[in-house]
Parts: sequence; C-alpha cells; structure tokens
Amino acid sequence: MESIKDKVAIVGMGCTRFGERWDKGVEDLIVEAAYEAFEDAGIEPKDIQAAWIGTVFSGISAITLSPLQLQYIPMTRVENMCATGSEALRAATYAVAAGVVDIALAVGVEKLKDSGATGLKGPSVVGDNQDASSGIGPGYSAPASFAYLATRYFHDYNIKPEEGKRLLAQIAVKNHHNGSLNPKAHFQNELTIDQVVNAPIIAWPLGLYDCCGVSDGAAVAVVTRADMAEKFRPDPIYIKAMQITVGARQGAMRQDYDFVHIEENILGSRQAYASAGVKDPRKEISIAEVHDCFSIHEMIVYEDLGFSKRGRARGDIEAGTFTLKGELPVNTDGGLKCFGHPLGASGLRMMYEVYKQLQGKAGPRQVKNPRLGLTHNLGGNAGTGVCSCNIVGNEK
Amino acid sequence: MAGIISIGAYVPIYRLNRDEIGRMWGGRSLGGTKAVAGYDEDTVTMAVAAALDCLKRGGEVEGLFLATTTAPYKEKLSSAIVASAADLKEGCHVADFTDSLRSGSAAFKAALDAVAAGSAKKVMIAAADTRIGAAKGALEQALGDGAAALTVGAEKVIAEIEGSYSIYNDFTDIWRSEEDRFPRSAEGRFIDEVGYLPTMQSVINGLLKKCRLNLGDFAKVVYYAADARQHAALARRLKFEKSQVQDPLYNDIGNTGSAAVFLMLAAALEKAKPGDRILFVGYGDGADAFILRTTDEIRKFQRRPVISHQLAGKINISYGQYLTWRGLVPVEASTLPERSPISLQSRWRERKAIYALYGAKCKKCGAPQISQIGQAPRVCVNCQAKDQFEPYKFSDKKAILFTYSVDQLMPTLNPPGVSGVIDFEGGGRLICELTDCDVDKLKVGIPLEMTFRKMFDSRGIHNYFWKAKPVID
Repeated sequence: MESIKDKVAIVGMGCTRFGERWDKGVEDLIVEAAYEAFEDAGIEPKDIQAAWIGTVFSGISAITLSPLQLQYIPMTRVENMCATGSEALRAATYAVAAGVVDIALAVGVEKLKDSGATGLKGPSVVGDNQDASSGIGPGYSAPASFAYLATRYFHDYNIKPEEGKRLLAQIAVKNHHNGSLNPKAHFQNELTIDQVVNAPIIAWPLGLYDCCGVSDGAAVAVVTRADMAEKFRPDPIYIKAMQITVGARQGAMRQDYDFVHIEENILGSRQAYASAGVKDPRKEISIAEVHDCFSIHEMIVYEDLGFSKRGRARGDIEAGTFTLKGELPVNTDGGLKCFGHPLGASGLRMMYEVYKQLQGKAGPRQVKNPRLGLTHNLGGNAGTGVCSCNIVGNEK
Repeated sequence: MAGIISIGAYVPIYRLNRDEIGRMWGGRSLGGTKAVAGYDEDTVTMAVAAALDCLKRGGEVEGLFLATTTAPYKEKLSSAIVASAADLKEGCHVADFTDSLRSGSAAFKAALDAVAAGSAKKVMIAAADTRIGAAKGALEQALGDGAAALTVGAEKVIAEIEGSYSIYNDFTDIWRSEEDRFPRSAEGRFIDEVGYLPTMQSVINGLLKKCRLNLGDFAKVVYYAADARQHAALARRLKFEKSQVQDPLYNDIGNTGSAAVFLMLAAALEKAKPGDRILFVGYGDGADAFILRTTDEIRKFQRRPVISHQLAGKINISYGQYLTWRGLVPVEASTLPERSPISLQSRWRERKAIYALYGAKCKKCGAPQISQIGQAPRVCVNCQAKDQFEPYKFSDKKAILFTYSVDQLMPTLNPPGVSGVIDFEGGGRLICELTDCDVDKLKVGIPLEMTFRKMFDSRGIHNYFWKAKPVID
C-alpha cells in the first residue's frame, strides 16, 4: 500500500465569504469560489478534466455543478456529513494520483440559511435513513450531542461546570479574535470570556458562543500531479496525507467508550501522521484547522490529535499554545466558530486557510514560517463519526 | 373460584394544584391536587406502566382488555399497543372496552367470565384515562390522569369474587359526542337524584339480595363517583359506616375516569385483612357491582405498595404547562427543522425494538446490544460475528446515566429537553431521551429505568418509544 504523500499538489483555491448570503444562491457561491480558484491556478474552466462536488443538503448529483458550464466531463457528487468538502478533495486527489486525470476540481458548497430553520435538518440518529425513519431516535439538537462530551469531560477530570465553561470560553475567544482578522469570516467580532460564559445556554453546559455558526459558503480546490505543479505556480501545496476514518456507532452502543475522546479522531490522525511521516505532531505541524463545531470538541481534538497529552488540554489552552502567536496555532481563520460552517464547504475552507498560510499569504493572521498544515473534520458526533484528517506542506 | 391475582397502578408524577386553577379563573378551588399525565404520556403509555407493574406481581396472562374513554385512536386497537409494549405473547386475546366510564368494570366482568368459563387461565385488564375538562369548568379541576391494571385468574387469588350484579340505565349525565373535546355534563342535582344515586342504590341492593348479604358484612365499600361531593352523597344515602368507605383519592389525584375505581380498589387491597369482604361498584349508564373476599394470599401481595407511594406527586407543574401539555393552547412552533415523517415500513421492521425495546445478545461474545436506529444488529458491535444473535430485552433492565445534556433546542412541550447516554445493567448502551426529570438533580451516574412514552405525532400516528427516567425512591 503506497502513501499519497507528494503525488498530488493543490495549485489553485477559492473561497467565498461565509455567512448569511441571502442575495446569493448555491450557483452563485459555486461560481464565486470556482472562478477565484481558476484564476489562482491560472487555468480556464475547460482545463478541468474531472470534478467532484461535496454538499450535504444543497444539491443532488454532480448536476449541482452545472452553473460552471463544464462541458461533458466526469463529475460526481460526494457526501460524508461534515467531512464532505474534504471528501470531494480526497476524490479529486485520488483520481490525479491514479494517473487517470491530470487536473481535477474539488468543490464544496452549502447554503444552510435557505432552509428557513435554525440548526441542521437530518435524521436524529447519525446514520439513520432519513426518508425511512422509524422515529425513535432522541429529538436532541446537535449541540446536545456534543454537550455529552463536556458533561463527561468535566466529570472525569473533576472540573466544576463554571470552571469548565471558562476554560471552553477561551477557545471561543481565540477563534473570535482570529475571525476578527478575516474579512471572509461569518463573524468578525472579538468576544470576552465573560460574554461567552454569560451567553444563553443552548445545551448545558454549552452556551451560544460554544456553538459554531450556521452559514452559507463555498470553497474550491484545483489539484494536479505533483510533478506538474510548478508549471502552474511557484508555490504549490503538496498533499502529504488524506485520511478518512469512519466509526460504526461503537461509541453509541458500547459501554467501553468514554465520551472524553473521539476514537475516529485518534485513529484518523495517526494514519495521517504515518502517511505524512509526522512523528511529533505538536512540533512538526505548523498550523491546524480543526473541527470546532462546538468548543468542547476543539479541546478534545487537541488531545485526540496529539497536540496535547491526554487530559492536559486545559494547561495548553491556558498557556495560549493554540493562539495565533502560540506554539501551534489552531483555527487561524476563525474556525467553524467564526468563519462559519456550511457543511459541504468547511473541509475545503479549512484547506483554503492552510494553503494561504503555507504560501505566506494569510495577511494579519500569517503564522511564522509554516511548513506543514493540517485540516480535520468530524462528521456525526461523539459515539459515531466520520473523521477526515489531511496534511499538506509547502515542500516536496 | 375466579378472582383477582394481581393489581398494578400508575399515577403520573406531575401534580397541578387546584388552587392554581382557581386563581387562574378567579373562581373557587376544589382544593387538593390533580395528577397530570406528562407531556409525553397518554392513555396507552399509562396503561403500559400499570400493566407492567401488574405483570411483575402476577405473571404472564392469556388475555388483555384495555378500558378507557380516551383511546389515542378512533380506529386502531389500543390494547394491541399495550400488549406489544408489555411483551405479551402473540396468542394473547386482546380487546378494547371503550366509550364508557363503566368500560373498566365491564372489562373486569368479561375477564371474570372468561376465566370462569375456562376460555383463559389469566386475563389482565388495564384501565386508563386522560380526560380533559373544559377550561374554567368544574371538570377541569375534578379530572385527573392515571391507570390501573388487574389480573383475573383462578389460582393464588388475593381476592375471590363471590358474586356480581349489573344493571343498565341509559341516563345522560355525562357525555362526549364525536365532535366534543371535553365531556359535557347535565345539571348536578338532576344527575344525583334521578341518575347516579338511584342507580347505585339499585345495583347494590340487587347484589346484596342476590348474595343474601347486608352492608354490614363489608369491611370496605369501593365505588365510583363523579367527584368527592357525589361520593360522599352516596355514602350518606346508603348509610355506609365511615370506616367502610374507601377514600376515592380524588383529593390527591382527581377522578381518573375508567381507572378511578380500580385505583381505589388497589388502595383498599393494600390495607385489607385476609377474609375481608369488599363491595366494589363501577358506574356509567348503569352499574356493575361485585363482592370481593380477600384470601391469605393478600399478605404476600401487601409486601410492596401499589398505589400509596404514588399518591403524592413528585413534580408540581404550572397551569401553563398543563395547558400546553394537553394541547389546549397553541404554542409557538420550534424553529428547528421539522423531523422527517416516520416510515410505517421502517417501524414495522423494527417493531420488536420499538415496542418492548428488544436488542440482541451476541451468542459468540455475549455482548448485549441495541442499535440507536432500532434494527436488531446483524454484525456484532463487539466481536463482528455475523448473525449470531439471540433476542435481548432492554425495557426491563435498570440503567445508569453515563452522560447527558439539558437541551434548550430540543422541540418538546416541556422544555428544556433532556437526553443522555445510558448504560444498561448487564451490558448495552443507548442514547435516548430522558423524561420525568428534575433537571437540577441530574448527575452522571444516577440510576434510571425505562418507560414507554410518546415521542411525537407524525401524520396522525402516535410515535411511541422508550425513554429513560430517574428512579425515584
């Protein structure tokens, strides 16, 4: 089995402003992001040889890509919950790695605000058949399913809820600071710890600012063979690892799952590190975009991905390890919390930030001399999930 | 001789103070409290709870009669739902006795006749009602919610039936037409003087004459009345001794309709001595009267309380909660996306999981397991063995709360919603809703038990499933 490392490069990316894009449809968002990517890669739409579109709710089949007027090329829609955007990139990457196409397009899009509802639709049980629901899953909200982690984490590590809320608040404050530096982010305001702690409760112990934004947006990547990449640009970003790891509802059915870690995150990141040749992620990863759908999950991800030792994320958060100027900046673009979370677009949006950072084009958010960047999604929730973990670098 | 083998009771934990209703309408309060079915309870779920309680004491039955005036469906057999949730065998004879407050005693008589005729060894009746009185009216205060179940058989009876007598009397004292949401009632004096009192008098006298007994031969008299006032009026009219009259429980829980007289009987049996005679009378367009005589078996039965521990409520609710739970005021819809309609096909496939919370136990590694989606697993979540399962029931297992959340977004008539991860004693885990919780008392590790509840309605289908509730001592 070969590693995907250094076989494929990203040579162009685009990303719309995320947020409440009332005046734009799915088709506008796709065109906006794709043409930024075409221009970035210096290619024409006709140069694209195959395309994948990832969306959870905003389209069925690759005909969703018709606004781009790509002319009779192979195209496919993919869906893997919150890892959908990463899944589209993975498909394009694998096609190029297989040598069957030289230039492929990965598109992620979601227009959540058109549903007219707050929150996400979908079956109450992850993995259930939405059109044939037996209706027996709990009617809980997504925040509740992640609040389980916080309840249990506080219990296991003997953290009082008030302390725990202040701890998690630091993650929201960090991501809001980063978002405030990002003109494409859904939310661009700074927050204080007190604002976060005193916000209305959504699903105890999680409050409003522990939850990410529900947004519209699209992000696009153009990938090509690594050996052709420099023909497109002097600073291509090379794919080092592209991992998807999917649970089988073990945590929801087995008592040995502890609800203070996510097994898919651990296994997915370890496989990605192996593919990328990363031995010590905390030292070697320069920047990480992780799935902060809820603050507690970003904290658990620090531990799951090996950035913090098990049970020690608290000390690292308090030391500022993951801030823009910290040892390992996480969610430099504001994360799901502030950039927003249009499901199908998020994985590619994360890659957009890592790509810009590795090229030194992240403006006021630029981290110093980055070499390796990581993106991470978790679809589903604690108990069963779809984890994507991708690593890219600016050197072959 | 045929008689009662077992009796079970279920009274919801919620109480509405009648003073609060009185204050709301600037009127009189009858005093005391009424038991109110939870937002996720109805006649069927309460009947299931009472039936399970009764089965625990009396064992498997061959028949189940459900008695109610508030069946959740106009056309569909409620007793079949109760039987499924109680996991009765397929060959169980089930029937609904409906549309009359006397449905309970009618079902009781039918069960006794079935046992006496030898067509069944044991028949359970479950009586439950959730009648709603129109706002501001006397019935609003008088009516309460509850359920009772009782098993009739011929062996190990705790109370033999020495005789019975029934009369009919087409008398319009209380009624609901097809269109009526609330019961209508005739004028009180007219009901008492022409209907209730003479009817009760006639059936009791008829029975005493038939069995050659006098009122003085009875340790207790257990009988239906519309409210406490009418109950007392009959005692006066027939000159019952004070000590003979069983408290109708109306002050604590209200008039629970079809279930009322059985809940009173449960209370009487809790305190009866072996050999006591009890006069037991159900009423509604006539009356059914029975003579019960307790046996030595009553002592064994009295080891665990049936109703006394349920008389006091655990959670007091506001009038506003009552109105929204019963759908008496329109409430703002949730802004969350609507749940997709349920699939009858999917529910049918998963019926064992839905009705009695069956999962499976792996024959290879021994792990009990239930999928949150409901289908019995095909491949073991623990050892990945394929199709090596035996059915495994979770509904009767105790559990502990592993983790939970108090959810402000969950669409529920009793916000905030509570859900959690529960670990069953003996193995297996389920993520499910919690109900009947005091949210301030929720903690990781608290003991839970399963309870059959209504999740939501979908296209006219009552979507029943199991939730977990804290065990209250």
